[in-house]
Amino acid sequence: MFFAIIAGLAGWWLARQRLTVKPWLEQGVIEGVPDFEASRDPAKRVGLGFLLAVVGSLFALLTGAYFMRRELGDWQPLPVPPILWFNTAMLVLSSLALEWTQRAVRQRNQTQLRLGLAAAGVFAITFLAGQLIAWGELAASGYLVDGNPANSFFYLVTGLHGLHILGGLVALGWAGIKAWGRGGIESVRLNVELCATYWLFMLFVWMALFSLLAGWASDFIAFCQQLLS
Amino acid sequence: MVDATHGPDAHAAEFPDVELYHPRSWWTRYVFSQDAKVIAIQYASTALAIGMLALVLSWLMRMQLAFPGFLTFIDAAAYYQFITMHGMIMVIYLITALFLGGFGNYLIPLMLGARDMVFPYVNMLSYWTYLLAVLVLVASWFTPGGPTGAGWTLYPPQAILSNTPGQESGIVLMLVSLILFVIGFTMGGLNYIVTVLQGRTRGMTLMRMPLTVWGIFIATVMAMLAFPALFVACVMMLFDKLLGTSFFMPALVEMGELLPHDGGSPILFQHLFWFFGHPEVYIVALPAFGIVSDLISTHARKNIFGYRMMVWAIVIIGALSFVVWAHHMYVSGMNPYFGFFFAVTTLIIAVPTAIKVYNWVLTLWRGDIHLNPPMLFALAFIVTFVNGGLTGLFLGNVVVDVPLSDTMFVVAHFHMVMGVAPILVIFGAIYHWYPKITGRMLDNTLAHLHFWVTFLGAYLIFFPMHYLGIMGVPRRYFESGDISFQPPSAHDLNIFITVMALIVGAAQLVFVFNLIWSIRHGKPSGGNPWRATTLEWQTPETPPVHGNFGRELPVVYRWAYDYSVPGAAEDFIPQNQPGTNPPHSEAPKKRRGAKS
Repeated sequence: MFFAIIAGLAGWWLARQRLTVKPWLEQGVIEGVPDFEASRDPAKRVGLGFLLAVVGSLFALLTGAYFMRRELGDWQPLPVPPILWFNTAMLVLSSLALEWTQRAVRQRNQTQLRLGLAAAGVFAITFLAGQLIAWGELAASGYLVDGNPANSFFYLVTGLHGLHILGGLVALGWAGIKAWGRGGIESVRLNVELCATYWLFMLFVWMALFSLLAGWASDFIAFCQQLLS
Repeated sequence: MVDATHGPDAHAAEFPDVELYHPRSWWTRYVFSQDAKVIAIQYASTALAIGMLALVLSWLMRMQLAFPGFLTFIDAAAYYQFITMHGMIMVIYLITALFLGGFGNYLIPLMLGARDMVFPYVNMLSYWTYLLAVLVLVASWFTPGGPTGAGWTLYPPQAILSNTPGQESGIVLMLVSLILFVIGFTMGGLNYIVTVLQGRTRGMTLMRMPLTVWGIFIATVMAMLAFPALFVACVMMLFDKLLGTSFFMPALVEMGELLPHDGGSPILFQHLFWFFGHPEVYIVALPAFGIVSDLISTHARKNIFGYRMMVWAIVIIGALSFVVWAHHMYVSGMNPYFGFFFAVTTLIIAVPTAIKVYNWVLTLWRGDIHLNPPMLFALAFIVTFVNGGLTGLFLGNVVVDVPLSDTMFVVAHFHMVMGVAPILVIFGAIYHWYPKITGRMLDNTLAHLHFWVTFLGAYLIFFPMHYLGIMGVPRRYFESGDISFQPPSAHDLNIFITVMALIVGAAQLVFVFNLIWSIRHGKPSGGNPWRATTLEWQTPETPPVHGNFGRELPVVYRWAYDYSVPGAAEDFIPQNQPGTNPPHSEAPKKRRGAKS
């Protein structure tokens, strides 16, 4: 599914790239090519896009493995710790804070910018702490990592997602350093924008994973299968 | 319309010098360098060094097969460790790293007219992560139990069972090393992709890129989507090994004891592994395809035949290679209808591949073929790749694959198609670009010696191996002993193969000597010894200095293959030479600068 989307995007992009020209007949500088500006800032944006493709690929494959493993009979779903709802809210707030920060950058409001960044960081850290608490609760009620594949997947998936948030926090920290530094608002514009994109993506990944771990995704798939058969 | 009058000055202003990173000390210039050229050489040297280790391992394995018991330190465990390490190093740490990290880093910025990669700092991190991965891998030799002997595919459950050599810590280090490699590669890969998309100089449209860049570009995109599968598989196996989970581990009784694992699926690992593993074949092959196209065009003094088809074929092969992975798993017990589907896709992929082969041959047709070392290696590649590809058609069919599975036939097939063939391209490419990297030519006599021994020797090694496989000689066996279906001549053949392997291996030492000796004593090459059109040969200095192109970046006025243009003053027109080609009847003028 994810790979179909990627293939679709790639095909759409390739179709715009004049793949049918006959380069041996063309001389001179060609203008008006659908092309990116040759400067570094969009390069970072494109780079982030590809990074997200890699991250998406990673979680898509994990999801695939999850469904294959789930079919094998010894699967015992584990209860969803209620704190996950709180954590989800934190991640949403964190993402919203970054959107708000982006607006602050556009309005050149330094105070709001700093506030937004700090809020996003605090919410994200709360999210991570909440995930750790969820782990602790599960472990305390006997759902250990090696107990059942459902538990293993829970720890694996949330752990990898948490690591990605942690990586994002490093980038956010860098934006923070710039925001509190002397560079001015313009210097953080791109950092904030990229962080916001990354956060939004990780939020969607988390929503997908949450629905997977809570079992709704499988209900949905079972429903689709029923429709098909 | 054609804008040949556009001066390069406007472009120079877009790349203010301050944006380029400048080394300040010896350390940042040569060791912790962010210059793609230095990183390329670091990647290549590391890969070649670890590759020499894998070469020695193959010698030791061959010694054991031909003269069992002669080298007393090779026991069954050591043999499996050699197999595993040889395979893993050659596929991942040598060929992948050399093509993408080595040639990718060196050629992408130079061929596209860029000053450097777009993210030089990340590029540097990529190399150091790769080096760390290599060191972790090598470190497994010095741990109790030694490196893992699970086979390069690391199939569970045996990969982490207690009778597999290296199960104490070797397997853990192997998995950690692979995870590091994937992380390091992702950092490098982002650079290659974004540089191709964003770093091109004025006039360098995608369809004017040399095929080398196309090959590396598409291979990198594939790697970015395929390596996560390896990453996931490694992380899950680490969980199984260290935390006792049961992702891949079924319920097992080992030495009379029930293991804690229960209900896991080894097939799941195979799916993940080959979802990475098959694209990996093309991740190695596509850069080779690209480089060979450029070598053949340059050394036959003729434009590449069917450039557009070549590009399309690269893209199509890249896409198709994601839907063929399960042809490695015909005997794993999966649903037979699966096998049917994957056999079909596998055979379809032969179509774009065949297009490429025809185009290479048609490029050669009536070309002015110079049989210098790069060309020899390129020609050898075509022959070898066709050979390996044809046996691939055998193995792609389920009914043929089942009896041949796990025999020497498979070993011969994949060594021909993804061992020998890409390595021949690597050699050809090194002979081709060494003058640009060092400013000196490699010694021609040694090069010819190296080529003929390697090329003929590789055939003498792997052709008989097909025959062994058809006889049913199994792969991965430490000792065959007295098996009735194996005639004594099979063992004679094994001895022959081993002698050849020792000779071919020794020829590589000649190559290494040539590489080192020529740095100082080679004939000075000048800037463009092959009279090639692409931008890397048009740099003001050779070897190119920091920033690649002097004060102003080149502007590209034509595609990369203007060789032997009728009526032109010389038999090649560099990509950055302004003006139009001399008029000649076959080129319809109205199509020039088609859509602008």
